[in-house]
Amino acid sequence: MESSSSEEPRSIAVEKAIEVDIDPGNLLVTDPNEISRLQLNSNPAEYLKDLTRSNTQLLINSIFTLPFHRVDDVIVAELPKPTYVLPRSKPAPKARPLTKWQSYAKDKGIVKKKKSGLIWDEIVKKWVPRFGYRRAEAEHAKDWLLEVPQHSDPYEDQFEKKSEAKSERVAKNELQRLRNLAKAKKIVVPASKGLTSKVKQSKEELLTAVHTANKATASLGKFQPKVGKVKPLKGAGKKRQFDPLINSQEKAKNLSVLDKIMNKKPKIDVEPIVSKSVGAFRPKKKESYGDDDDEGQRKGRRGKQMGTKNSKIKKGPAKKGSFKKGRAAPKSGPKKKKH
Amino acid sequence: MRPLTEEETRLFFEKLAKYIGENIKVLIDRPDGPFCFRLHKERIYYVSEEIMKKAGNISRDNLVCLGTCLGKFTKTKKFRLHITALDYLAPYAQAKMWLKPTAEQQFLYGHNVMKSGLGRISENTQKYSGVVVYSMNDIPLGFGTAAKSTTECRHTDPGTIVCFHQADIGEYIRSEDTLT
Repeated sequence: MESSSSEEPRSIAVEKAIEVDIDPGNLLVTDPNEISRLQLNSNPAEYLKDLTRSNTQLLINSIFTLPFHRVDDVIVAELPKPTYVLPRSKPAPKARPLTKWQSYAKDKGIVKKKKSGLIWDEIVKKWVPRFGYRRAEAEHAKDWLLEVPQHSDPYEDQFEKKSEAKSERVAKNELQRLRNLAKAKKIVVPASKGLTSKVKQSKEELLTAVHTANKATASLGKFQPKVGKVKPLKGAGKKRQFDPLINSQEKAKNLSVLDKIMNKKPKIDVEPIVSKSVGAFRPKKKESYGDDDDEGQRKGRRGKQMGTKNSKIKKGPAKKGSFKKGRAAPKSGPKKKKH
Repeated sequence: MRPLTEEETRLFFEKLAKYIGENIKVLIDRPDGPFCFRLHKERIYYVSEEIMKKAGNISRDNLVCLGTCLGKFTKTKKFRLHITALDYLAPYAQAKMWLKPTAEQQFLYGHNVMKSGLGRISENTQKYSGVVVYSMNDIPLGFGTAAKSTTECRHTDPGTIVCFHQADIGEYIRSEDTLT
């Protein structure tokens, strides 16, 4: 056995006032002895080094007391279980709330019975797994023929019926699982068809939800008491009725609809009034571009040209994209337009 | 195929009234036999009653169309007039526009009508009323919506749009697949 101490042979015995707490499982030594202030202030490095050495010596001593065995030419000591409990690095998980079934079973005192993994199947005369690997296979072995039961429709597809029933069971299980999950995470799931998880619902949405909830009973809402000011839906559940294809009242009906529309329209023709006002508006524009225009009117080409020239000078910055050919705003002089 | 409900008739007539106004009466009350409006696959067909009775014997899946398609109801229940209605709009139109020969082609390609292309316009045309567009030879080219009233048309620049294009007879070639 090799000495684990330094080159100088020192004694492996250490004296301590209070017993040192050694946890070989964690390789931890807890020394509750008082630290000598005097020595710490005079020569701290030396003192601490000595302390550490003595404590480590004790730890090594304890290791040597442990059972050991050889692994590949190396002597290895078997550490026992640690006694000192390390604090958690992450917070402890909260207990999940009981699912709907679990709480019910607890109330009723139902205890889960341990079921074996294999079942003896009489038909196939084998030990068939109850769940998991190769269970579906075993089912298929019996599935080659399905009897049509006594009182069922002979044209019904029994295979389809079976697979549909299975998918329904799976869907139901999934729904219940998700419901439990939502309950555990305190997520609000809308119960009614009409309600969504929005906080503010419009009046129509709430009404739809109320009507849907009302109808969702075994007798389709016939005996539900009236709640508040909710009026029953008019014409709910009735198919839309159309007029027959050949209808003698059709012409009269069309004419009445036409009358209604024609009565709504204003009979006053707004156009001549608007045109007058538009005409009245126009001279103002002419005046704003100098008196030359007025003088130039009907005085021959010169007058007209003068008007146009002046207007060119007074032309403002061309607006982009308002008119084609890059024209400026309509500040050009009066132009004779064909009606 | 079924007759129109009151609501549908109202929407349809309101659209038609924009183009032919009171003359819808002439469509309903025809001298040469009773005609009716029928709805089939969201399209309105204008058809004589004898033909309609015979078409009643064809199942809905097999019936493609009957009479003249005037237009269709969109998904949001708005009524849209098709070019196939032009034959019944043109003779009864209240607001008309005539295009110069140069502008005809532009309109037939689906562009809006500019003032430079406008030949004539009927008097007292309200702004945004329905307008039937003709060529100078009085051939109906299509219909649209007046962008400017008659007086406004007189005073605007040649570059402004005076009529928004709605439908033109060029569509018979352009949108063959979608017309019924």
